[in-house]
Amino acid sequence: MNRAPLFTKEARAISYVSGPLIFIQNVKGVSYGEIVRIILPTGEERTGQVLDISKDIAVTQVYEGTSGIDNKDTRVRFTGEPPKVKVSVEMLGRIFNGVGKPRDGGPEIIEEANLDINGMPINPSARDKPADFIQTGMSTIDGLNTLVRGQKLPIFSGAGLPANKLAAQIARQARVLGEEEKFAVIFVAMGITYKEASFFMRDFEKTGALERVVFFMNLADDPTIERIATPRCALTAAEFLAYEHDLHVLVILTDMINYCEALREISTAREEVPGRRGYPGYMYTDLASLYERAGRVKGKKGSITQIPILTMPDDDITHPVPDLTGYITEGQIVLSRDLFRRGADPPVDTLPCLSRLMNLGIGPGKTREDHRNVADQLYASYAYGRDLRRLVAIVGEEALTELDKKYLKFADEFERQFITQGDENRSIERTLEIGWQLFTMLPEEELKRIKREFIQKYHPAPRKGS
Amino acid sequence: MIVGAISRISGPVVLSEGMRGSRMYDVVKVGEQQLNGEIIRLDGDQAVIQVYEDTTGLQVGEKVSNTGLPLSVELGPGLLSSIYDGIQRPLPLLAEKSGSFISRGVTLPGLSHEKKWEFKPRVKKGEHVVGGDAIGVVTEYHLEHRIMIPPFISGTIRDIYDGEFTIDEPVCTLDNGTRITMLQSWPVRKGRPYRSKMDPDTLLVTGQRVFDTLFPVTKGGTAMIPGGFGTGKTVAEQTLAKWSDTQIVVYIGCGERGNEMTDVLTEFPELLDPKTKRPLIQRTILIANTSNMPVAAREASIYTGITLAEYYRDMGYDVALMADSTSRWGEALREVSGRLEEMPGEEGYPAYLATRLAAFYERAGRVVCLGSDERKGSVTVVGAVSPPGGDFSEPITQNTLRIAGTFWALDTSLAYRRHFPSVNWIKSYSLYLDQIKDWFATSGFSDWKDLRAQAMYLLQKEVELQEIVQLVGPDALPESEKAILEITRMIREDFLQQSAYHDVDSFCSLEKQYWMLRVILSFYDRVNQAMGKGVPLTKILKLPVKTDIGRMKELTDIGKIKELTIQFDQAISALEAER
Repeated sequence: MNRAPLFTKEARAISYVSGPLIFIQNVKGVSYGEIVRIILPTGEERTGQVLDISKDIAVTQVYEGTSGIDNKDTRVRFTGEPPKVKVSVEMLGRIFNGVGKPRDGGPEIIEEANLDINGMPINPSARDKPADFIQTGMSTIDGLNTLVRGQKLPIFSGAGLPANKLAAQIARQARVLGEEEKFAVIFVAMGITYKEASFFMRDFEKTGALERVVFFMNLADDPTIERIATPRCALTAAEFLAYEHDLHVLVILTDMINYCEALREISTAREEVPGRRGYPGYMYTDLASLYERAGRVKGKKGSITQIPILTMPDDDITHPVPDLTGYITEGQIVLSRDLFRRGADPPVDTLPCLSRLMNLGIGPGKTREDHRNVADQLYASYAYGRDLRRLVAIVGEEALTELDKKYLKFADEFERQFITQGDENRSIERTLEIGWQLFTMLPEEELKRIKREFIQKYHPAPRKGS
Repeated sequence: MIVGAISRISGPVVLSEGMRGSRMYDVVKVGEQQLNGEIIRLDGDQAVIQVYEDTTGLQVGEKVSNTGLPLSVELGPGLLSSIYDGIQRPLPLLAEKSGSFISRGVTLPGLSHEKKWEFKPRVKKGEHVVGGDAIGVVTEYHLEHRIMIPPFISGTIRDIYDGEFTIDEPVCTLDNGTRITMLQSWPVRKGRPYRSKMDPDTLLVTGQRVFDTLFPVTKGGTAMIPGGFGTGKTVAEQTLAKWSDTQIVVYIGCGERGNEMTDVLTEFPELLDPKTKRPLIQRTILIANTSNMPVAAREASIYTGITLAEYYRDMGYDVALMADSTSRWGEALREVSGRLEEMPGEEGYPAYLATRLAAFYERAGRVVCLGSDERKGSVTVVGAVSPPGGDFSEPITQNTLRIAGTFWALDTSLAYRRHFPSVNWIKSYSLYLDQIKDWFATSGFSDWKDLRAQAMYLLQKEVELQEIVQLVGPDALPESEKAILEITRMIREDFLQQSAYHDVDSFCSLEKQYWMLRVILSFYDRVNQAMGKGVPLTKILKLPVKTDIGRMKELTDIGKIKELTIQFDQAISALEAER
């Protein structure tokens, strides 16, 4: 792959076109995964990538779509190179298309490097442990599902739920306590509408963060297949900024469902054996090759934190896309239609939420010693209260014991005070304080998940003499 | 050497022509970059090769050379505390050689060939030895690493040396001229031989109450942990790797997260083995093939792992092998099968999935090792399964169920309310209960089986009562049944829940487990007695001693747990006296 071709191989040998794929006949010296330039009879040039080669046929996917390609006059030229993207620190504040070309009318960037967009897997023994608590200012995240630097924490949303608002608020408020470090946001749009993209742009503009943001835009009306390359280009840029320029990079990817549909489209065109719901069997590996690019590397100052957003079709968390995502990412933030209707803002359904790296970022010296216990207790008590709601629907509140009534009330107040916060930016202390306030609604012996010493120290009204 | 040429490339699968004479599962070097691959199908002149590295940049017509050897691992001193990729390349060395990101075409030996080890002979000149006999020992950390005659070799010792050697230098010569080194090489797809298999009858103590007391697994047994994402499979696997009472632990991160392996790598050197008080890393071998690493090497990783485990078993040790997750392994199999255009079975998995799974799990077991001293060793396999959508009817879960002896079903709804370990006590089971009843009795817990049965009965009863409660409300239940609901709540919250991160509770000794359960169940008996005498349940439940029972987990002194029986007895007696 590192060989520079002495001459360019050009052929006029397209034999078959199907969906996003073209089949090129009788070519020699083609390498797997290389980039192909396709020159249409009109002179238009498109880009494709080799997916499968055998002796007489090279199967190539065309990023910009195959409309207008014929199997007589269209020529193809093999570049001998894998797909690459030009990267530079100048990218900050610019807008690019799905394959890394400027689309803001500005000049081409002066490249510092031209990198293979597929990257290479991080050696597990070279990874550094994520450990820095990121205060997002959101109680449901900071208090219960803490985000740490180098983590990948997706937001599972449903159609019409305010995931974008939440993501923008996180991007706006996120900071690491006690530090003023260089950061950058990379915003990756895959198949979203112009309206959604401009929401983010305006939000970044309002907060003055625009010059720290790199946009990669593949909008809903852009070619579908380009979406396969978009997150890879963006993550390559992220790696460059994090590991060469020591920036802490937050990558927001939206919407992963559109990416996966593009993957399915190619798979179907290649007539592969489909897995669940027609998605290809290798979707787990493919998604992992994106998500696993989050993290920290030993000896490098920068880090990559990912917040992918995905819309669960029909709010179904067992759909293959959220399901496989959940198996790869380090937790998930789930939005619920039910809470949205009840007016919770953000409507984060805390029960199915999780942050696997939470313990690395909390505790004494990072947040507070009682953080873990408070989070566990809030979870347990709220879950019990939620269970009771179902019971009440059948037998009525009257049938409950006194204690159960308290739990029922607790669950309501938890949603009203803890989950709901609107545009408020809460410190972690404030979040924990609200938690302790809520605990006063329950008898003290019910707080089994909390160590006694913490109850003595932090309970607003601790029981005397216990 | 057979040299062919690439005729087709499709992802990790490469077809090569001119390979006639190659054997199945021979290792080949593919292309100019010498990528590692393995032959998985032969068809006339053509060989189908799965490549363990990214194939981008390969061209049709590039050379493929057959090494003539099957995929093998190096066995010898130096394995402990190593971290390997799926084909036994040491990852720290790989990082030294090619930087923080994994590059291609690098071949590295699994063991250091320069390091000298002090070899102490255990046999004398003139003694007759057979395959499996320990001829000497090397101290690897604190472990006595037994240097064995490789299987199928025997003879009389002509020379044996004492001193420091590398693993390539002979430490012993047999009369037929065979030179024995400390290094053995073994093909990963073939189980290492043993003399005979035994019935597993010893508990694998894991220090986890729900595992040890309710659903035990034996040394040499097999267990599976299926669960949707976020149910705590990885935490459970890591907890088992930390606290299992075996001498050796092999941990395979198969297609999982990179940060998890980092977690193990940073945590294990700091944690101490409760038995030996040595850092856990010194008894652990890690195989890390994360989800973004090449898919074919993921397929090989579990075989690499179990071969290393069998090697230590052959020395007469108990080994626990954790595979997280076997579903990712199955998916690798499916991906390669799809590229081969094989006829798919259920959900696109190849039809031979069940056979392969069974063959893997059957390499577990408690055995009499080769060699004349009849050592006994065991390999316990605990496989995590990640069913899509948490749906247990999918092929990997179902096929594993037929083989595994213990089934720990993780439950999403328990995880949502932070009940961890989120093992569902109704769905889970252990097939080893009868086999280890005697072991519990000889360990001083003769009524374990009865206590367990009573706890299980109550938990089952709770499910039935909950159904009634859902219809008519809790007030409609008679007092005695309300008492059952209270006790089962105690069993769930005060006994089954166990925090993997608590400084005291993360490991619970068998004795403490026994007494905790016994306290709760005898409390139940006492409550029943008191209610018979007319003491209202609500009064008993308000006793402060009930809170103390809820805090048993935090105690380190078992005496204090035993005292609780006296305390609640006195408190309840006082209530009775009030009547």
